[in-house]
Amino acid sequence: MNTTDYKRRQMTGRGIPLPGNDIDTDRIIPARFLKEVTFQTMGEHVFEDAKKQNPEHPFNSPVYKGASVLVVGQNFGCGSSREHAPQALMRWGIAAIVGGSFGEIFFGNCVMLGIPCLVASQADLELLQREISRSPQSPVAVDVEKQEVRFGDRTIKATVPDGPRNQLVGGTWDSTAVLLEAGTAIETTARKLPYVAGF
Amino acid sequence: MARTLLDKVWEAHTVRTLPSGQTQLLIGLHLIHEVTTPQAFQMLKDGKLKVRMPERTFGTLDHIIPTTDQTRPYADPLAEEMAVHMIRNMTEFNLPLFDMSTGKQGIVHVIGPELGLSQPGMTIACGDSHTSTHGAVGAIAFGIGTTQVRDVLATQCLSMAKPKLRQVRVEGALSKGVYAKDVILAIINNLGVKGGVGYAYEYAGSVIDRMTMEERLTICNMSIEGGARFGYVNPDATTIEYLRGRQYAPAGAAFDKAAAWWKSIATESGAAFDDVARLDGAAIEPVVTWGINPGMSVGVSQRIPAPESAPEPDRPTFREALAHMGFQAGQPIKGAKIDVAFVGSCTNGRLSDLRIAAEVAKKGKVAKSVRALIVPGSQQVAKAAEAEGLHEIFHAAGFQWRKAGCSMCLGMNPDQLVGREMSASSSNRNFIGRQGSPTGRTLLMSPAMVAAAAITGAVADVREILR
Ligand code: SF4
Repeated sequence: MNTTDYKRRQMTGRGIPLPGNDIDTDRIIPARFLKEVTFQTMGEHVFEDAKKQNPEHPFNSPVYKGASVLVVGQNFGCGSSREHAPQALMRWGIAAIVGGSFGEIFFGNCVMLGIPCLVASQADLELLQREISRSPQSPVAVDVEKQEVRFGDRTIKATVPDGPRNQLVGGTWDSTAVLLEAGTAIETTARKLPYVAGF
Repeated sequence: MARTLLDKVWEAHTVRTLPSGQTQLLIGLHLIHEVTTPQAFQMLKDGKLKVRMPERTFGTLDHIIPTTDQTRPYADPLAEEMAVHMIRNMTEFNLPLFDMSTGKQGIVHVIGPELGLSQPGMTIACGDSHTSTHGAVGAIAFGIGTTQVRDVLATQCLSMAKPKLRQVRVEGALSKGVYAKDVILAIINNLGVKGGVGYAYEYAGSVIDRMTMEERLTICNMSIEGGARFGYVNPDATTIEYLRGRQYAPAGAAFDKAAAWWKSIATESGAAFDDVARLDGAAIEPVVTWGINPGMSVGVSQRIPAPESAPEPDRPTFREALAHMGFQAGQPIKGAKIDVAFVGSCTNGRLSDLRIAAEVAKKGKVAKSVRALIVPGSQQVAKAAEAEGLHEIFHAAGFQWRKAGCSMCLGMNPDQLVGREMSASSSNRNFIGRQGSPTGRTLLMSPAMVAAAAITGAVADVREILR
């Protein structure tokens, strides 16, 4: 498989800060927008209700239009498994997320879409969010391979666990082809399971 | 070395270690519903891929279906389109679908165990975060996204990292009026909504041991609300008796062999855990959430906490929660007025939940200002409840008796909160906007407490009603 285009070693773009903890996937994309058989329109509805309720919401601000590095708090993307949430963020333009911790299914969904989610300390996140709001046009470099985020003259540590990091850096995050490579080992494993064999 | 159920099931389903270091994990049972799959089927078609093991995928319709008039086409054209896609995809790929005509339709996490599809020792995946429910039978069950649904369809496998394991022990005796829902809400309050990130939870201890399968399903269901993608209970005599005679469970001599294998995969005594948490069951009282995530809860006799009582980084969320809910710190939760009462969902939409709610419903009439819905978790639950006359008890008390589906748990069908309505709900999420109205408000509690709130018109202590 040609994985060159898929490699997610590092990406640079403008940042968008989104403070607050426990922002769930119902917040990111309310369920009523899930009544779609494609993901195409998801980007238009990202944070729809949150944006309406809060005119100051960063996703409302023209300053952050075109940003691609989202900086969040703790437990971002908790709740529902809906892939519509990372799809909505991705289609809005987000290519990487830096936060304190992530809902696990959301994290996995992001990997499947080639969106790295990096974990940084609370202090560094606050610093990064402050810097971005002070200077929204400045680039933020997200280095998945080196596990760091660079902005201005600062570098902060931002980690991704080995498995997903290898997938992102190696370009194997779009996993179907990789899983198919196992060939008949899939059936062999299945046949050994008592419930598949019929006890 | 003594091994855990997680160790044994993970190992048995490992196809290989991937170059990334992740496990290529075989999925024994794949459950699907209409909301998180149309895109996966499209990806399959775009990639000209087949379904690898069609006999291991089962589907249902649950999220978008109306619970009143179910004649097709549905009044909502978007819901109708999703149903059309689901039926077409299942037919095209030759996969079984439990639609209304089968008498077995229902919420995916209710019908899996009910039909005996979900069995001990399996890996179970579904494009739905509450797949952890099926862990109650002793399976490693977890939610996945739509692209992963594509992977399971195409390869019957997923690329996964093995989680750490925390044993959550609940010991002692629960007092009257305290149910499985209260136990899991207490666990989440204790360990936090992100306490389980990176972990599977093994629920154990005398309280869990004594629980029925339906109670264990309620416990495992909400693992994800504590951040844990997986939650399970070791298979025991309760598990085996629950599965005996179910449609997809092994029958005859195979059942005895299966039962022996099921027992053999339980965690061995002396096995090591990455962490152990303990809760005193006797200290748990009926729990009610007051905020905007399932960890923001208090006992019904307690007061809503002040933001200052929370760690610094959580205080903004506390303030946002108080503002959204319209509550004051220090206010007792008991007496908070409600507009809607909802009993149902994959957490609490099973027969035993409806029986408890009916018992409370017998004690009064739904308050004039309250709209109260009882939504069975499946057609089979509805049928069993009607056979016992529960629907008549509900009708007599002024509750609406609906058809099976997810309903007001997430409001993707017409069952939604309106404006800032306050709902007493037996579901699992109190996130802002969760029940269909962007400004709607949700108080999570047990079905008994929902019924008590419905007849009181406000949050009430069910122990006083049942006394
Ligand atoms: S009942 Fe609610 S939580 Fe359960 S599957 Fe349906 S929508 Fe999801």
